[in-house]
Amino acid sequence: MRASPDGGTHSESQNPMSATLQTTAAAAETMSGAEIVLRALKEQGVEVIFGYPGGAVLPLYDALFQQNAIRHILVRHEQAAVHAAEGYARSTGKVGCVLVTSGPGATNAVTGLLDALMDSVPLVCLTGQVPTHLIGNDAFQEADTTGITRPVTKHNYLVKDIRKLAGVVHEAFYVARSGRPGPVVIDLPKDVLIGQGPYHEAPTAPHRSYRPQREPNAELVAQAVKLLKGAKRPIVYAGGGVVNAGPEASRLLTEFVRLTGFPCTNTLMGLGTYPSTDRQFLGMLGMHGTYEANLAMHGCDVMLNVGARFDDRVTGRLNAFAPTAKKIHVDIDQSSINKNVPVDIALVGDAGLTLKALLEAWKASEQPQHTGALADWWTQIEEWRGKDCLRYRQEGSIIKPQHAIQRLYDLTRETGRDTFITTEVGQHQMWAAQYFGFEKPNRWMTSGGLGTMGYGLPAGMGVQIAHPDALVIDIAGEASILMNIQEMATLAQYRLPVKVFILNNEYMGMVRQWQELLHGGRYSESYSAALPDFVKLAESFHARGLRVTRPEDLDAGIREMLAHPGPVIMDCAVAKDENCFPMIPSGAAHNEMILGPDQEGGVKGVTDEGKVLV
Amino acid sequence: MPAVPTMSDNNETKLRNATIAVLVDNEPGILARVVGLFSGRGYNIESLTVAPVDEDRAISRITIVTSGTEMVIEQIKAQLDRLVPVRKVCDLSLEGPHLARELMLIKVVCTGEQRAEALRLADAFRARVIDATTASFVFEMTGNGDKLEAFTALMRPLGLAEVVRTGVIGIARGTYSLKA
Ligand SMILES: Cc1ncc(C[n+]2csc(CCOP(=O)(O)OP(=O)(O)O)c2C)c(N)n1
Ligand SMILES: [Mg+2]
Repeated sequence: MRASPDGGTHSESQNPMSATLQTTAAAAETMSGAEIVLRALKEQGVEVIFGYPGGAVLPLYDALFQQNAIRHILVRHEQAAVHAAEGYARSTGKVGCVLVTSGPGATNAVTGLLDALMDSVPLVCLTGQVPTHLIGNDAFQEADTTGITRPVTKHNYLVKDIRKLAGVVHEAFYVARSGRPGPVVIDLPKDVLIGQGPYHEAPTAPHRSYRPQREPNAELVAQAVKLLKGAKRPIVYAGGGVVNAGPEASRLLTEFVRLTGFPCTNTLMGLGTYPSTDRQFLGMLGMHGTYEANLAMHGCDVMLNVGARFDDRVTGRLNAFAPTAKKIHVDIDQSSINKNVPVDIALVGDAGLTLKALLEAWKASEQPQHTGALADWWTQIEEWRGKDCLRYRQEGSIIKPQHAIQRLYDLTRETGRDTFITTEVGQHQMWAAQYFGFEKPNRWMTSGGLGTMGYGLPAGMGVQIAHPDALVIDIAGEASILMNIQEMATLAQYRLPVKVFILNNEYMGMVRQWQELLHGGRYSESYSAALPDFVKLAESFHARGLRVTRPEDLDAGIREMLAHPGPVIMDCAVAKDENCFPMIPSGAAHNEMILGPDQEGGVKGVTDEGKVLV
Repeated sequence: MPAVPTMSDNNETKLRNATIAVLVDNEPGILARVVGLFSGRGYNIESLTVAPVDEDRAISRITIVTSGTEMVIEQIKAQLDRLVPVRKVCDLSLEGPHLARELMLIKVVCTGEQRAEALRLADAFRARVIDATTASFVFEMTGNGDKLEAFTALMRPLGLAEVVRTGVIGIARGTYSLKA
């Protein structure tokens, strides 16, 4: 193989510079590389780019300056550009677009790219690169971007030949949104951006090698329905794949669950795919999932997993995971199947198309359901639900974090506005997942797979750009919010009225919780010392700052935040030592859940094996 | 994240060898993608060979010999298959009988009676002499790994100086053919 060390697209041209000067296809219009990129973005439906300029991408910024079709949002850090594009993508179902410069611009984007990879978010990230003749020479602001981003992207390209530029951009969008979506990087040397080359429209022919299977195998669908009809203790477990399959998939999921009468639980990424207020919804499952969801997973006899990947946050100890269940797994990514958990029936395909096929096969089948057994199963589930595992007591003069989220939920519902929630990472994120309900998909943006502190504010920015009239709230922790706090300036510049709702417990609460439960209460470096005055900080960024410390002021504070037309930081002082429950300690099984601080025996589920897990 | 064994079941812990053939677009970076996949996910590579096989369509063929549990080998194939430039993945070990061959060049430095013995053995193993001096031979030999190893072991006491092997290439027997 004539592999060159720098990776990227195959180039027939011995001298890429000469290629930039010649016009190849007679019919193709000739323009600069930068213009080719923008034209291709436009053809791909891009309306917004989140970016940050620098030397290597100046030609692109120059071309952006001379057009009006694509809007550029100037962030304050490249990581935030990627998270903003993620928020944009996840709240719209479109491909998010990012533009950063070479070297430090590209390396700053890496965390965001991995975040998008792990949560299957479709993005195209354009990175500047030093001119082709300097690649490999340790030139100023040179980074081996395709090398660095190879493991954090779905695919990446280095374009050395301008004749391939338009084709690469079109292919990048196709790859980003097809199959299991993910981030794609296109590395653009400056000479390619400046040179002249042909524009090609997006190809209509199928891709030569990447053609993910979307339609499930009909025979396997029939087998799955047979298993589901025969179930006595069924459960549907739906994840982010249902969100990615588009809103119709969530509608089909709801229809399927209602038709079958089965209980339904969601992963963290799947929240909103099934209406949270519905009786058949058991809440979120997993490490901080509800008692009823986790015990139903543990005790079920048939499990239908739609668009989730048996993540370790969900399964707990693998050899104790749903030990009696026959498992059906719907996933568009063949490599997700049998990766952590061996399954009985694998349905490779798009979640929506597969749900449709399952619905049709269910309706066509004359096999009766075990209605009696199903009724007994529901009796059992209601008994578990009766534990009221999310119960807490709001008493005394300190605000409980759970109560703060509960009130935020109630009061936003009162406004009747379309509401989008983003989060940072930590206890507040889990409380948000537990106490904030979602009736529709694409309304909940959180960093699940990577758990990136600093995700929520920029993601909220991207959501607000896509939905200018919606209510966008970042539920934050006081530690996480400081990781991308500079984006307050972006909110101000574009008048984005994102609300930052900080549950301020003065601790990296999730770290403190693990230290309390697993490390003898030695709170090593988890106290948030020297916090800023968030009210003044908000004001210095031209936003409204609010601080609430007493339970009786909470509602008024939230109402004021919601009513304010611009960006707000609300610093809500909450109990410092509250733990997030229920909790399945790592390495424990679903039925070894800790329900709360009063539970006998404390964290008996934690083994030495469990302690090594994250 | 540590790998937790999923089942005590034999199938889940028993290792097997697999010879996997992969047809890929011959583009810079493809080898890094494949190798990065193996190192990043902790899979084992026993040998890897690659060369263009279709110049017109710029397709190369990679042969990877690996080992793992059935679940891991299934994962390896699925992970390879989802790489964008990968056109086809085939587990030759599962597609029925297949041929696996390797090319070896081996240098033996010896004199006197040992030279005669080296030549006799080479003849028995159908190794070809491709270079000779008064003090050395270079033999060329193809075969499966066992044969190459057996020959290497025999050359050791006779003055084995250097070995170079290509790694395994494989192809199915019979009419079955791998096409992109
Ligand atoms: C970038 C990054 N660094 C470190 C961590 C590890 N971590 C997970 S939660 C957490 C504490 C978060 O504190 P805060 O934002 O105050 O949220 P709380 O848990 O108190 O609600 C830390 C440090 C992480 N997830 N992301
Ligand atoms: Mg905190």
